Amino acid sequence: MIRSILLILLSLGIVGTGYWGYKEHQEKNAVLIHAENTYQRSFHELVYHMDLLHDKIGTSLAMNSKSRLSPQLVDIWRISSEALANVGQLPLTLLPFNKTEEFLSNIGDFTYRTAVRDLDKEPLSKEEMTTLKKLYEQASEIKDELRNVQHAVLENDLRWMDVELALATNGDPLDNTIIDGFKTVEKKVEGYSESSSDSPLVTDTGKGQLLKHLHGKKVTENEALQFGKKLFNVKSKSDIQLTKSGEGSDIPLYTLSYEEGEKRGYLDMSVNGAHPISLLVDRPLNKKQLSLNEGFERAKEFLSQNEFENMTLQQSTEYDQIGVYTFLYQQDKVKVYPDTVEVKVALDNGDILGLTAKNYYMNHKERKIESPILSIAEAKKKVNPQVQIMDDSLAIIRNDLGDEVLTYEFIGTYEDDSYRIYINAMDGTEEKIERLQKAERNFSYGT
Amino acid sequence: MVYRPLFQMILIAIIVFSSAIFMPQSSKAFSSQIIQHGAVGDDVIELQARLQYLGFYNKQIDGVFGWSTYWALRNFQYEFGLNIDGLAGQATKDKLVKASKYNEEEIKKKIQSGAKFTHYGKGETKKQKETTSTKTPAVNVPNGFSQNDIKLLANAVHGEARGEPYEGQVAVAAVILNRVQSPTFPNTVSGVIFEPRAFTAVADGQIWLTPNETSKRAVLDAINGWDPSGNALYYFNPDTATSPWIWTRPQIKRIGKHIFCK
Repeated sequence: MIRSILLILLSLGIVGTGYWGYKEHQEKNAVLIHAENTYQRSFHELVYHMDLLHDKIGTSLAMNSKSRLSPQLVDIWRISSEALANVGQLPLTLLPFNKTEEFLSNIGDFTYRTAVRDLDKEPLSKEEMTTLKKLYEQASEIKDELRNVQHAVLENDLRWMDVELALATNGDPLDNTIIDGFKTVEKKVEGYSESSSDSPLVTDTGKGQLLKHLHGKKVTENEALQFGKKLFNVKSKSDIQLTKSGEGSDIPLYTLSYEEGEKRGYLDMSVNGAHPISLLVDRPLNKKQLSLNEGFERAKEFLSQNEFENMTLQQSTEYDQIGVYTFLYQQDKVKVYPDTVEVKVALDNGDILGLTAKNYYMNHKERKIESPILSIAEAKKKVNPQVQIMDDSLAIIRNDLGDEVLTYEFIGTYEDDSYRIYINAMDGTEEKIERLQKAERNFSYGT
Repeated sequence: MVYRPLFQMILIAIIVFSSAIFMPQSSKAFSSQIIQHGAVGDDVIELQARLQYLGFYNKQIDGVFGWSTYWALRNFQYEFGLNIDGLAGQATKDKLVKASKYNEEEIKKKIQSGAKFTHYGKGETKKQKETTSTKTPAVNVPNGFSQNDIKLLANAVHGEARGEPYEGQVAVAAVILNRVQSPTFPNTVSGVIFEPRAFTAVADGQIWLTPNETSKRAVLDAINGWDPSGNALYYFNPDTATSPWIWTRPQIKRIGKHIFCK
């Protein structure tokens, strides 16, 4: 009797487990399929976008009227960015696929820069036409190659999950059709990235020439430690650790760090000239004692002690017990927006918690500022009449094309929002409009 | 006739006494700080409430000194013949206190109950109580980011780099932001974080651990422009890295367990 009851219970148990296992398996499959679907969608979208890109560039080559060309270039720019997003969705990060991504980004940069400019005044130059033609050829080859991969995927029912597995196991199972296909694409792009390196395409605008303006004599490690000791405000320099940056760094840097209880300090300084690039101190903060304004005084004092002259406050923000201040360089009453420095001040005791001067050292130089051609009244007329102008000044900003331009800066309001509007002081072009961000509702308020 | 002075004295005493009880709002005013653009806290709530009382400010009283408060303050300074600097210094605060009424408790209760009110001024006076909350209805966020973005970033940083030195955590956050800027990566924070196989913490679910305050501070620093990684796009742990390709990238520096590279 007992035996048969046990038997029944056991068999029930087995059936139950089996059913549970089956359910579990089904759920796992559902998840896998879902992931697979996402990959598939991105891949097919990518191929489609590549096709479209090729077609659109081709059409643009045949276009003559400027009013048609601009929207077409915008369209190409949009599609290239979509294709780039598709690439990002695919599990290709372990594959060297960055050349293709760069190619897509190049198309985007090129078309954007040509689309935003007035093609009536400044039509496409001969070089730009050559570039466009080259892009057309390259797009054609990439498109064909991707079409090949797509065909293989559809014909043989290949799955991206398998690609991922093949890449993850990382033995040498890389004779996967998809992986091979993408490698071929990448090789092709690599082929022309060299031939068109002298084309007017620029990638990474501005980043390459980072910190070129840093002069000064080389400092030794000992001098660097001395400098760090002063900035960290520690007693002995033996508490400070020093490392030198590797070959990938934009400029040679000393990195200094020290630890003292719960406090931790860190500093990047240039080997040439001992300029502080980035300083960061982290420690637990106590109750706020200083106002944002008092913190500002501390920040200002700190800057003048550290070779930053003629800096003016552009923005101050309070986060819990920290004040963050953005300063701009000012030359002859003109604000120079590229030359910014950020300072972080602890509002419990006024300590300097951070400084970042990368932008400052990247851009700063003595500029020859010409006097504006437009009067301020003329410039005001270029502003949307709906906007109520509250404040104005002269400012140097970097426009969409990456050039420094002298502008009138108007701060104004329209309905509930405040805006910064920049009108070129020479030709009245509306260079830039920024909506000024408002505070965000505190999600943890009242809880 | 004899009672007259006594009667007057009592009357005066009553008036003085009652005004001390019924108008405490003008005695407990601003703290001594100069309030400037970007500030957060009770003084800002009071500033906004007083400006609203006088009809200069008609937006939400949220405790964050933003642009609307700034313009309202400047208009006030203009109308009252003060120096127009957009700073609530002593002279400005004195003028404000003289010209307006403020009842902290009433305002805070209204804010807390979630009532959207933009016409403070006709409120009745009540006895006042000290409130100790330092939270404000709104908070400052860096340009272009919301609290949710910061949370997502903090999750990623916590999953990837908890236990690393502080600057190592800032550096990881900076790498994510550098990738958003880079032409070879997706153009959004979520796109970069969820890019398949980009971050191990995303792949193995560690991203969903609750981040601590340190990772949030690190993210805020990275968003505000600090980049200890030196413009890196990749980082890896040399002890656990599986891809030989990552070793071919030019290395910038090492922070804690991570090597950062271009």
